[in-house]
Amino acid sequence: MKSRLAAIALNTFREAVRDRVLYNLIIFALLLVASAPLFSQISIGIERLVLVNLGLSSISLFGVIIAIFIGIGLVSKEIEKKTLYTILSRPVRRWEFVFGKYVGLMVTLVVNAALMTLGFYVALLLTERKLTGDDGRLLVAVYFIILELLIVTAITLLFSSFSTPIFSAIFAFAIFVIGTFGEDLRNFAAMGHGLTKWATTGAAYLLPNFSSLNVISQVVHGQPISSSLILFNTVYALLYSGAATAAAVFIFEHRDLK
Amino acid sequence: MHAIEIQGLSKDYRVGFFKKQSRLGLKGLTLAVEAGETFGFLGPNGAGKTTTLKLLMGLIFPTAGSAKILGKDWLDPDVKRKIGFLPEQPYFYDYLSAAELLDYYAQLSGVASAGRRQRILDLLARVGLGDVGKLHLRKFSKGMLQRVGIAQAIVHDPEVVFLDEPMSGLDPLGRHEVRELIQGLKDEGKTIFFSTHILSDAEALCDRVAVIHKGELRGVGVVNDLRSSVGDKTEVIWQGVQALSAVSGLLTESHVTGDTVRATVVSANLDSLLEKLRQQRAHLVSVTPLQGTLEEYFLSKTTEREAVRV
Repeated sequence: MKSRLAAIALNTFREAVRDRVLYNLIIFALLLVASAPLFSQISIGIERLVLVNLGLSSISLFGVIIAIFIGIGLVSKEIEKKTLYTILSRPVRRWEFVFGKYVGLMVTLVVNAALMTLGFYVALLLTERKLTGDDGRLLVAVYFIILELLIVTAITLLFSSFSTPIFSAIFAFAIFVIGTFGEDLRNFAAMGHGLTKWATTGAAYLLPNFSSLNVISQVVHGQPISSSLILFNTVYALLYSGAATAAAVFIFEHRDLK
Repeated sequence: MHAIEIQGLSKDYRVGFFKKQSRLGLKGLTLAVEAGETFGFLGPNGAGKTTTLKLLMGLIFPTAGSAKILGKDWLDPDVKRKIGFLPEQPYFYDYLSAAELLDYYAQLSGVASAGRRQRILDLLARVGLGDVGKLHLRKFSKGMLQRVGIAQAIVHDPEVVFLDEPMSGLDPLGRHEVRELIQGLKDEGKTIFFSTHILSDAEALCDRVAVIHKGELRGVGVVNDLRSSVGDKTEVIWQGVQALSAVSGLLTESHVTGDTVRATVVSANLDSLLEKLRQQRAHLVSVTPLQGTLEEYFLSKTTEREAVRV
């Protein structure tokens, strides 16, 4: 089982690499490094603030875009092109296929985030001439971005298991946007009454809450991130992505591959 | 023990979005294929051939019925280790080379890493792709892809091989090559179940065939027996053209060359014809029973219900 999962995950990663998905990183890293000297000129005094905001937001946005645009095709493309026929006629269980694809895309996203982070730190070093402890704390924000991608990928995979690629992309992106304002949705739910309160509270807890995973504004100002938040976010992301992946598996297990 | 045993397999497709309607894919298919047999599954386009293969591969779920492959439930992972499948007009991951693709499939089928590389090289050579094993599949022609398709179906040395329209869309040379590959598998003693609507391929390769039409099994049997069942004619050659006018009412067709007449007659009229030829003092040259073709059998099975309805 492990070798089949690893083979499917590796093949998913290889597809992303050979489809030149990761080329964006090189462009991103080069642009960021090349533009680093400019920050110190155009934003005197707040160059670090601009660079960290821009760098971390880019890592998050690029990751989400890759997660959605590869994620929507993870299952549907294999059905459409019938490559799945030659996989599932082997001793591969359907859940192994779905989970293997998920792991493969997550590996791609982690490699993507790691390389972008490397480029980001080079730019930071060029701007500040040296790295400090505050800069090390930025890694917590990167870790939270990876947790965010864990959830976004699982949601995209869920839609991909029963919907067309275009609708999957629209739904997944809509949920990402709503989830970004998850905290506002919860506040809004708290203010409501009656049926509205129930509906908005239900939606607020059903939809992912990405607000608590976004700590860019805290880390940029050197504010520490509590270990309890790290633990909470880790457990939340694992549970949410686990539930979404399990739902995707359940749907896929019962689906006719026409 | 049968290699493949299908019991009342049925599939209804639900079509439509709001108002779901049922569309018949397969109706109560019962069929058995012996071990080591090459079995042709014949039918026109849309007859239910691919539906049957998809059901057997566990890609779609039956409305009713079941199947056993090598004596076990057809969805058992142990069974899947021992079967190979080539889908119709296969498409493979075009960012992989042929060798990488076969390695991926071999891993999924549980082929041990020791000796896997050599097995893949041997297999590529066997299907005539030994010199392009490192080329990405996006650069392959249709015929080459079909050969990769057969290679992936047998990379794990299965006992039973399922091939869905293995010759479709190929030029005559490609068809010949694929036919040779299937013949090679047959010579190895593998059980081969292949669907086709190209009857000459079935005639050349199959021990037995089944005819399916509109989701229903219309006939099954040994190729020669099926041909005989529609070959209800005899060719009679005699010398003495003067006898022709006396017997012409009994003949289905006749050709005259000099004093020699070559005629065909349905078996029921054969005795009367021979008697009259004797009376006319014609010199009998030969009497040969004619076999029907698989095409005649196929056409009789795929059109008879329509004829009854008319």
